[in-house]
Amino acid sequence: MINKMYSSIPDAVADIPDGATVMVGGFGASGSPIELIHALIDQGARNLTVINNNTGNGDVGLAALIGNGQVSKMICSFPRSSQSRVFPRLYKEGRIELELVPQGTLAERIRAAGAGIPAFYTPTTVGTVLAEGKESREFEGRTYVMEPWLKADFALIKCEVADPLGNLTYNKTARNFSPLMCMAAATTIVQTKKRVAAGEIDPEHVITPGIFVNRIVEVPDPVHEDTLIAEGRSYP
Amino acid sequence: MSTGWSREEMAARAALDIPDGSYVNLGIGIPELVTRFVPEGREFIYHTENGMLGMGPPPADADRDLDLMNAGKKYVTAVPGAAYFHHADSFSMIRGGHIDVCVLGTMQVASNGDIANWSTGAPDAIPAVGGAMDLVQGVKHIYVITQHTTRTGEPKLVERCSYPLTGPGVVSRIFTDLAVVDVTDNGFQVVELAPGVTFAEVESKTGAPILPPA
Repeated sequence: MINKMYSSIPDAVADIPDGATVMVGGFGASGSPIELIHALIDQGARNLTVINNNTGNGDVGLAALIGNGQVSKMICSFPRSSQSRVFPRLYKEGRIELELVPQGTLAERIRAAGAGIPAFYTPTTVGTVLAEGKESREFEGRTYVMEPWLKADFALIKCEVADPLGNLTYNKTARNFSPLMCMAAATTIVQTKKRVAAGEIDPEHVITPGIFVNRIVEVPDPVHEDTLIAEGRSYP
Repeated sequence: MSTGWSREEMAARAALDIPDGSYVNLGIGIPELVTRFVPEGREFIYHTENGMLGMGPPPADADRDLDLMNAGKKYVTAVPGAAYFHHADSFSMIRGGHIDVCVLGTMQVASNGDIANWSTGAPDAIPAVGGAMDLVQGVKHIYVITQHTTRTGEPKLVERCSYPLTGPGVVSRIFTDLAVVDVTDNGFQVVELAPGVTFAEVESKTGAPILPPA
């Protein structure tokens, strides 16, 4: 019987090594796998390259991972926001690298990696400084730039419902990049709010098919980044 | 000198130019006000980059769902008939030309349709682009709502953008506090003046040649 369930969060992230590339699901606070990120802080892997749309908020979750000095490079589309202080400080001190990728290109690069497509052409960034140094080509009279796939060693993902085969559903806009990241990482680690038996998710309603998922831990009452920030919490 | 249109009036004027049944993506700031001025008898479906069609107004605090946000990371609601999807589908709607209208704020817009709204290019600034470059390249009609000048009186409608571009030659119509301005093959063209505003005033506050209303 296939069973991808892990009983312990620390066990699920134990083998993430120094220097790994890690995708982290979520868009701002929604869909951020806070418990898995905090377990990675406890685990202590360093020199990580992290892929997320943003750079975390407050002093919890992704911002805390960055603040703990474990991230050497961020790949994201929007590294600052009203509640984002940790990344801007380290960036201005020259202690963290940034690869800025437009949001749609970021999503498609991740999807392409999962789909086995090494590169694609997009009109996004044509005529801007972000296209400098990129290979370009004309199709039907319009210029497009080439963008490479974006792979990862691990993905940390939050979902709503999972079965032991790894079939997943999400909640509303907490879905965002997560289904793409499940496809693009060599090892996908998921925290689920609810665990059900195989067959309880209607096959018509599966969003991420289990083939893209390797490990699942149940976190029945996950904390939310906005709630932690409102409470003035920090981690560790 | 006149005060021209208020922020709300600019949004209401922009809403008038969005056809019934349009799929619409709104930028942060004044563009968000467009939702409050949908003309009688029209229906727009709002798209938000982070994965929803059918975005509704903000909820009461007690009804907030922590998993239901818009691209500006504000809490929103879903209207009946809404749909959720992942980011690659969301940007397929944008890049694939399925979204009809995008209304954006801007720092500068040029008479050739260039737009600069993501970075001042200052060396110590942290660059952040989000989905702006995808939107301006993919959405069928790019509208801009902006004050005609900066707080210090510098023109925001210019001959060539001095800030780094978000995209070249993409803007078709601009709604300012003073006028509605089209980007044409002949440069800026006023199509409508705000009540009490003269063409001479608009011309004096525009950093490029501009044609009077036809």
